[in-house]
Amino acid sequence: MEPINIVDSIVTPLNRKNVDTDQIISKEFLKRIERTGFGQYVFYHWRFDENHEKIEEFVLNQPKYDGSTVLVAHDNFGCGSSREHAPWAILDYGFHVIIAPSFADIFHNNCFKNGILPIVLPVKQVEELLEKGEQETLAISIHLEAQTVKAGGKTYSFEIDPYYKKMLINGWDEISLTFQYEEEIAKFEEKSKQFV
Amino acid sequence: MGKNIIEKVWQQHIVHEEAGKPDLLYIDLHLVHEVTSPQAFEGLRLNNRKLRRPDLTFATMDHNVPTQNLPTINDPIAKKQIDTLAENCKEFGVELADMGHPDQGIVHVIGPQLGLTQPGKTIVCGDSHTSTHGAFGAIAFGIGTSEVEHVMSTQTLWQAKPKTLQIEVTGELGFGVTAKDVILAIIAKFGIDVGTGHIAEFTGKAIQKLTMEERMTICNMSIEAGAKAGLISPDDTTVEYLRGRKFAPQGEAFEEATLYWKSLASDADATYDRTVTIDSSEIEPFVTWGTNPSMGTGISKTVPTSSAYSDESDRQALSKALKYMDLQEGTPIEDIEIQHVFIGSCTNSRMHDLRAAAAVIQGGKVAPGVRAIVVPGSYSVKQQAEAEGLHQLFIDAGFEWRESGCSMCLAMNEDVVPAGERCASTSNRNFEGRQGAGSRTHLVSPPMAAAAAIAGHFVDVRKVMNVPV
Ligand code: SF4
Repeated sequence: MEPINIVDSIVTPLNRKNVDTDQIISKEFLKRIERTGFGQYVFYHWRFDENHEKIEEFVLNQPKYDGSTVLVAHDNFGCGSSREHAPWAILDYGFHVIIAPSFADIFHNNCFKNGILPIVLPVKQVEELLEKGEQETLAISIHLEAQTVKAGGKTYSFEIDPYYKKMLINGWDEISLTFQYEEEIAKFEEKSKQFV
Repeated sequence: MGKNIIEKVWQQHIVHEEAGKPDLLYIDLHLVHEVTSPQAFEGLRLNNRKLRRPDLTFATMDHNVPTQNLPTINDPIAKKQIDTLAENCKEFGVELADMGHPDQGIVHVIGPQLGLTQPGKTIVCGDSHTSTHGAFGAIAFGIGTSEVEHVMSTQTLWQAKPKTLQIEVTGELGFGVTAKDVILAIIAKFGIDVGTGHIAEFTGKAIQKLTMEERMTICNMSIEAGAKAGLISPDDTTVEYLRGRKFAPQGEAFEEATLYWKSLASDADATYDRTVTIDSSEIEPFVTWGTNPSMGTGISKTVPTSSAYSDESDRQALSKALKYMDLQEGTPIEDIEIQHVFIGSCTNSRMHDLRAAAAVIQGGKVAPGVRAIVVPGSYSVKQQAEAEGLHQLFIDAGFEWRESGCSMCLAMNEDVVPAGERCASTSNRNFEGRQGAGSRTHLVSPPMAAAAAIAGHFVDVRKVMNVPV
């Protein structure tokens, strides 16, 4: 996993609530057996019409947001299925940070496993970012270590679980970390009740 | 002070606890299917790791499998995914119920059926509807593929202790009101994020009276209320369901297990971080009209009008959903015509569901212009339904009778609703494009779906069944 700490970019504003994982990556693209190559399919049915023509108005298709690595969205981002193809597609497309007032649990978890930083900010602040991001190209600077977001002359601070913060900054692989607890796991297995 | 079942089961599975870290939680059962596992198996291989407990891992094929003309799979990429699962299970020693195997079926249907699902277990699967297994008093939740790999490697997961939510359903369900209507009503009333950050326990008299299959329908959709998991305390109904199942403890061990299972039920004085309550009298047969499961209403009602919402963003969401669904504000639900009916999915594809749907047919025929398919949740559900002659009832009425799998619930196989057409579906998600690009999904119970198939539009199943409302 790539470490992540300081991100300077412009905001891509996706002003929608309840963006579900079916929207992020539609099921027809779930059949690959690799982790990579999903970026081209992200938000497919919002980006392209039935004839696979670009829908120009959709925010990801507007040239002014090209190269952005920070996605800002509204409440309950990533609800629906557990498919990790959703964060894979978002990351592969180029986003490293997602800012929203709230995330669905499984998606939120999946972000940390892939080096994506999900930031929760209060609704008012997110709406500010969305609004400004839609009007102009809004530069944004994120500092994970300091837990700050700077944009439009303001600084916002955010909370993050210290464990996941460390994992993201160091780009650690969680499985190798867990192997350090092997003995405890074995002990647990010995004493635990199993009716199988 | 008493404890609720969530706290009890969680506590019993902590392998390592430390301030500033999530808990390291032991996983008792890992269910695997073809879509979310290939990258995890590949991860094991790349890192030269073993699968720690193949004996606590069980695999099946469901998402991609065709529901007719078995075993031919026309889509080469789907076939590759299915073949990959078979190869991986062989390589890592995982028991697999593959296509044509008597134990095959939708992962959340077969777990309970085989007795793999038991009270007090921690159960995970790379699938959000793992919450279904909570019906037995297990902590069961969906995980992503990285976590699938983590469980394969270590049989554990790092999990922050969630908050607890009690969803109480008081009173008695009215005639024609099913478990599906209960959960749809809960989500409509409290919203699709009421459970975010929580594990929910469903309590109350209405819940206690439900059969295990009905309880599974409720817990199945707890994820649609945003909850990490949803569960119901085990009782005699739970125990009797499990008795004699293939992987359930047998003989004396079963009696011993029973004592343990019952001890897990929430104490009478248990408390929760939050409680919400709904009374059964508020619940009638439900139909969703929008593009998320909270956008639903009773069959006697109409599509809402924007004046019903005070919040501007809710009004926008309404108009966006209605545009996608091609519906007008204020349209009576009963006037909505459908072209497709899907009876199936891990929400509603068990014997109870098929019987309830079949009971509505009463000699009727599927309306002209409607395509209706019935997809049993598992091979063994299909066998039993055929033994009871249900399949003939469906076939005679003009329904298609299929092999088991996820099918039109997410339309990864060939069972797709074409763009612009409308489907009455017993599944769990009405997201845009869920049943096919441009498709329009209305979530309903199995009897409501069967009644709509025959009428060609939604009808109040209570009228069809000739009992005064
Ligand atoms: S039936 Fe639908 S919701 Fe259930 S596991 Fe299959 S695809 Fe998922």
